[in-house]
Amino acid sequence: MIAGYNTISMGTGRKEFNPKKERPGLEHYLKEAGQGTLQQIGGAGNVDEGVVGNFMAARFNKQAHLGAFLGMIDPQLRLKPSTRVEGACASGGLALVTGIKSVLSGSAEVVLALGVEVQNTVKAIYGADILAGAGWFQRRKEGHAYFFPGQFSDRAGVYFEKYGREKTRKAFARWYRNAVENARLCPTAQEYENKTADLEALALTEPNPKSFTDHLNVFDCSKVSDGASAIAIVTEEGLKRCGVAPNDAVEIAGIGHAADDLTALPADPARLDTVAHAVKIALESAGITAGDLATVETHDCFTIAGILGVEAIGFAPQGKGADFVLEGHTARDGKIPFNTTGGLIGWGHPTGATGVHQAVTIWEQLTGKAGAAQISIPAEKPYGLSINMGGDDRTVVAIVYKKSA
Amino acid sequence: MEYAERLSNVTVLGAAGKMGSGILLLTALEAADQMLKPGNREKHFVVNAVDVTSSALPELMKYIRTQVLKAAEKKTVLLRKLYADRKELIENSDIIDAYIDDVMGIIRPGTRIEAAYDSTLIFEAVSENAELKAKLFRQIDENNAHKPWFFTNTSSVPIGGLDKEAGLEGRILGFHFYNPPAVQKLVELITIASNSGEMKEFALQLAKNMRKVIVPSNDIAGFIGNGHFMRDALYGINQATALAKEMPLHEAIYAVNRISQDFLIRPMGIFQLIDYVGVDVVRFIMKVMNPYMANEDLHSPLLDRLFDLGVKGGQYADGSQKDGFLKYEKGRPVSVYNPDKGEYIPIVTFGSRVEAWLGELPGSAPAWKNLVKAPDKETLAAKVFDNYKTMGTHGALLALQYARRSREIGMKLVSDGVAATAEDVNTVLLTGFFHAYGPINDFVV
Repeated sequence: MIAGYNTISMGTGRKEFNPKKERPGLEHYLKEAGQGTLQQIGGAGNVDEGVVGNFMAARFNKQAHLGAFLGMIDPQLRLKPSTRVEGACASGGLALVTGIKSVLSGSAEVVLALGVEVQNTVKAIYGADILAGAGWFQRRKEGHAYFFPGQFSDRAGVYFEKYGREKTRKAFARWYRNAVENARLCPTAQEYENKTADLEALALTEPNPKSFTDHLNVFDCSKVSDGASAIAIVTEEGLKRCGVAPNDAVEIAGIGHAADDLTALPADPARLDTVAHAVKIALESAGITAGDLATVETHDCFTIAGILGVEAIGFAPQGKGADFVLEGHTARDGKIPFNTTGGLIGWGHPTGATGVHQAVTIWEQLTGKAGAAQISIPAEKPYGLSINMGGDDRTVVAIVYKKSA
Repeated sequence: MEYAERLSNVTVLGAAGKMGSGILLLTALEAADQMLKPGNREKHFVVNAVDVTSSALPELMKYIRTQVLKAAEKKTVLLRKLYADRKELIENSDIIDAYIDDVMGIIRPGTRIEAAYDSTLIFEAVSENAELKAKLFRQIDENNAHKPWFFTNTSSVPIGGLDKEAGLEGRILGFHFYNPPAVQKLVELITIASNSGEMKEFALQLAKNMRKVIVPSNDIAGFIGNGHFMRDALYGINQATALAKEMPLHEAIYAVNRISQDFLIRPMGIFQLIDYVGVDVVRFIMKVMNPYMANEDLHSPLLDRLFDLGVKGGQYADGSQKDGFLKYEKGRPVSVYNPDKGEYIPIVTFGSRVEAWLGELPGSAPAWKNLVKAPDKETLAAKVFDNYKTMGTHGALLALQYARRSREIGMKLVSDGVAATAEDVNTVLLTGFFHAYGPINDFVV
């Protein structure tokens, strides 16, 4: 993978964001991200195929058929093959997987992979309806007004019950603090300008079941975001064609892609089984263990998902993920830095773009392009992992990246 | 008659007015909440929105719809539970739409007073005219077989007098909202001796369900809110008139407005507040109250002058401020009226001169919007007033005098028996007028 590009994650928190004023739409973000990548690979003429990950433009923006926006990004992309893929919040991850398969199949040397979502077109209470499409619609009626916060609040409730509420809420607060502190190092992050002095105290605000969920407060949630990300997936031949130096590329070392039955309920709400499964396949296919990872971008749509992700990868046994976070191991100076530019809670969560954004972040870290957010990548741990989750642990794309030797 | 039954047929008189529309909204929301309770599904709820101005009713209904939408969006978590048995309502938007339909279905807009003949509860928010109010009450009561209760929103007319005039035998009380009712937390509750216990209990329950803060006031014209405001306003007007010996009247008005806003750390200066309420309304309320006041003349020749010159303040239908003592651009005062010249003088032409005369604000004086959010408001305010005591500037002196008069007015409301306690007076000023500290305090003396 080469030439990653993230637009700003736009929404509450950014000073440019004014919900009452007209804002850029899908076209703007697709163009900015697409052109940002094309500029780094010698232009659109080098691209064989395009793939666009998007979740719900059909409802947020009344717009379908996103594959055919490719030619708008650059006239040289007109008439080239282009596909839109959807797997809820894992749509970005599916765009990557689709691009990787094209490259592996030999049908393309260079694939432009994009992810995009523009969500701030509706108030949160209606956005919740739209995002609920990631769950089984037959279960929407019995769900919470804020459907997904409700689902993960239920998971948090079970985790509290099993492993203790106090330490877990503290771990949520620490997760939030890490997320915002990392976001402050990344100019495109939604929480880049967050000035709150005591983040953990703020995040410990008691959840209010009357206006929100039983076990989560708003600081436990990812952001409502507009944005796009792009990256190029290339063969070695493609790399040469684009004129990009090998040390500006990361190698895709392994993939785990799994989808579980949308109509099934989780066997144990205190576990992310599909994540665990996909990560296991990804690590095995890369021939490494979790100990070889230098950084992880995990899908922290909620703080509880962050902690369950830590456990699903295997960094901590079940019930100990909260302690692992509280001991500081997931911070940027910890054993295994997670979500180094803020993740979904700090950087933002333009749903269909998130999978691609995660890949761009790992690519930046492994190629030394992360700016103020750069962490050190030990020579003996040249790997990064991204986990992109769709719905309530239903579609998962896990990818292992390797720094080029 | 139990609570929900009492609310099953309500009439709001003067429903298209500024106060009436808010009262209509709150009443319709409360009736809908009762209707949605599991046991009440078969019951029928009606809220008649009666106003003589037929042309204002379509706008009224639009306003209500917009406000109900906002209310529904805020309480969707609860609404999903209330509509859990309606299988066809799945998404939040389905539920919000159903709730709007239910609330709007309760409201019957119209111009005819006859609508109130079937009501068990009547909210009255017509103009502050005691005769008109009594006449309406009598007419409704004579034609209504339910012995209805009358809740009047009067801010100044004594309830006992209305009760007698209309022959209601204690079926009336004062339920005084603050403007705008949908937002302001305060309700002044004025009961009279002949009110039944059941009626008082109902009023308290209703206010609680509407999430209002109740302050009881005795039945003395003006009650606590206007009892303080009218005297405070009169003091401000007189202070400006006295200052006009040293400077032109418009500069004096500007000076006192600044004293009562920035020096006293209130949300608005006194002249801006008079404009907000309406020069004509303030004048009228004084006129209503004055006959009840012994040894006191609640009357301002300056208000009369402005009224005669057609300078009335108040608000446009969209809520923006009309010109009164001050002229406004985008809600901010830009000029001050000089009745001697009959014209507005731009503040930029004299503002700095007045400010130099007043002297600087002490460094410890926060802006109202910061003070009101501070956890230690009283301590911060006390510090500012301590500074005034030693500064010796015109501004500091006038501010101290102003605050002391405000305190005196408050204490007199207690000694006259209008308010039961100093705390009640302070609560009215804090919640109804958004002051950051109560007028009855130790630090201004």
